[in-house]
Amino acid sequence: MSAPRTIRGRVAVAGIGETAYYKHGQAPESEVALALRAVLAACADAGIDPRQVDGFASYSNDRNDPSRLAAALGLPELRFSNMQWGGGGGGGSAAAGNAAAAIAAGYAECVVVFRALAQGQFQRFGAAPPAATVSGEAALTFPYGLISPAQRFAMRVMRFMHDHGIRPQAQRAIALASYHHAQSNPRAVMHGRPLTPEAYDASRWIVEPFRLFDCCMENDGAAALVLVSAERARDLPQRPAYLLGAAQGSEYRSGARGHNAPTYASASFTTVAPHLYAMAGVAAKDVDVVQSYENFTGGVLMSLVEHEFFAPDEANEFLTVENLTAPDGRLPLNTSGGNLAECYMHGLELQIEAVRQLRGESTSQVPGARVAMVISGPMVTPVSSMILGTEAAL
Amino acid sequence: MSASGGAVSSPTAYLPAGLPRPVPEPDGLDTPYWEGTRAGELRVQRCRDCGAWQWGPEWICHRCLGFDLAWAAVEPRGRIYSWERAWHPVHPALKDHGPYIVVLVELPHAGGVRVVGNLLGDPLQPVEIGAAVAAVFEPHEDPKAAFTLVQWRKTG
Repeated sequence: MSAPRTIRGRVAVAGIGETAYYKHGQAPESEVALALRAVLAACADAGIDPRQVDGFASYSNDRNDPSRLAAALGLPELRFSNMQWGGGGGGGSAAAGNAAAAIAAGYAECVVVFRALAQGQFQRFGAAPPAATVSGEAALTFPYGLISPAQRFAMRVMRFMHDHGIRPQAQRAIALASYHHAQSNPRAVMHGRPLTPEAYDASRWIVEPFRLFDCCMENDGAAALVLVSAERARDLPQRPAYLLGAAQGSEYRSGARGHNAPTYASASFTTVAPHLYAMAGVAAKDVDVVQSYENFTGGVLMSLVEHEFFAPDEANEFLTVENLTAPDGRLPLNTSGGNLAECYMHGLELQIEAVRQLRGESTSQVPGARVAMVISGPMVTPVSSMILGTEAAL
Repeated sequence: MSASGGAVSSPTAYLPAGLPRPVPEPDGLDTPYWEGTRAGELRVQRCRDCGAWQWGPEWICHRCLGFDLAWAAVEPRGRIYSWERAWHPVHPALKDHGPYIVVLVELPHAGGVRVVGNLLGDPLQPVEIGAAVAAVFEPHEDPKAAFTLVQWRKTG
């Protein structure tokens, strides 16, 4: 019998780092400088010399090439460089999973997972690219005014809400939970700017069924995590956050163009989530806190369903601010403020928050959190998710 | 037929001129689709070997893995599978235009494939998932490259 093929307990996050988070276009320095600062901050947090880093993993076509980072940092050697296919934030957990796989397989010893964004220096996500012509899938949608990510995903959520009788208040609770948690988090871009139910209800439509506060921010900054073997993590200063499992992918023909995915009203996790739980050896009831990527609140809603926290028909009852907020909600969600209210660091701030929860260092701490989930990039393909745990969860 | 700003559009177009103009893919995959819309036909792929319907276009049949895909003109009617009403203008051409409706239309008689279009009429009208719709071909006589969009209106 061969050993089960798993990363469970074999790799840990030993360090986390981030720059200050800015409104989009307001980063005071170059995107690559932000990336380098986040890497150095994560190494400092891990208590390692940056020259010990021998690999990088990222996603969503991050512009900051590992070879450039390695040269800039004077790394003695680069042993692993990995880019997860796919756009949006779908690769956030996959990048961590890929880094962990590399360490478990012996390709590298110390891999940094990172993401850097300075949208003021490049094209914004939420605006149409300045092209006179489009072809391929875009030709089937752009001429009809179906262009931005919000427009691309609204019809998935509309169908899901229609099928299951989900009320707008379910999306609202997700937005309010993020803003609530951001008020305790001084790093959050929306710190000091609380959101009330009345302000949510009065906010303008972006594209029905999404109001302004259902949509993520766009921000500048950088974030990084240092991953090493579990053995090595135990000798480093921080309390290790062990990977219990990671999974990536998407459903049957998720990538069928022109909105032809057979499982259309979905966040794309119906096949991924079972693999995640199987590897991690835990069930939804064992998860103490969830960080779920909010491109749009409806995507969070479907992500939580597909990770089996509640059935679709229970969404209206489950998704309340009381249930979703730390310290004692049933399922504390996005406890740093997430993409809606902390920073849109393409979701990597969610990984960092999961680690903080397991260290007991969150600004909205869930008491005694042992198992933390991160869900990355709903409604794109591929998507990914991961589960981290403390030593006690192994 | 000329609109302001140098952009040329149909006088009856649902959306303002200036949005990106569709062009066939460089490898020719979807050329028969765009030629079909010019001829007033809604064409989707159908496998000559196994009969599977397929959309969006691909070089291979996802069911039998054959490469012999035909372009079938299908009756241009369907039902609304999902929809959205867009308010925020994400493109300069849409600035100050106001809301508009995008629909995803399922074609039950073509294997349930779906196509994206706009729902003609009042942009504030109520929209029902499952409602029957019929296609309206919307020609754009751009002298650089004319194209035709496929729009939808409620029936019955």
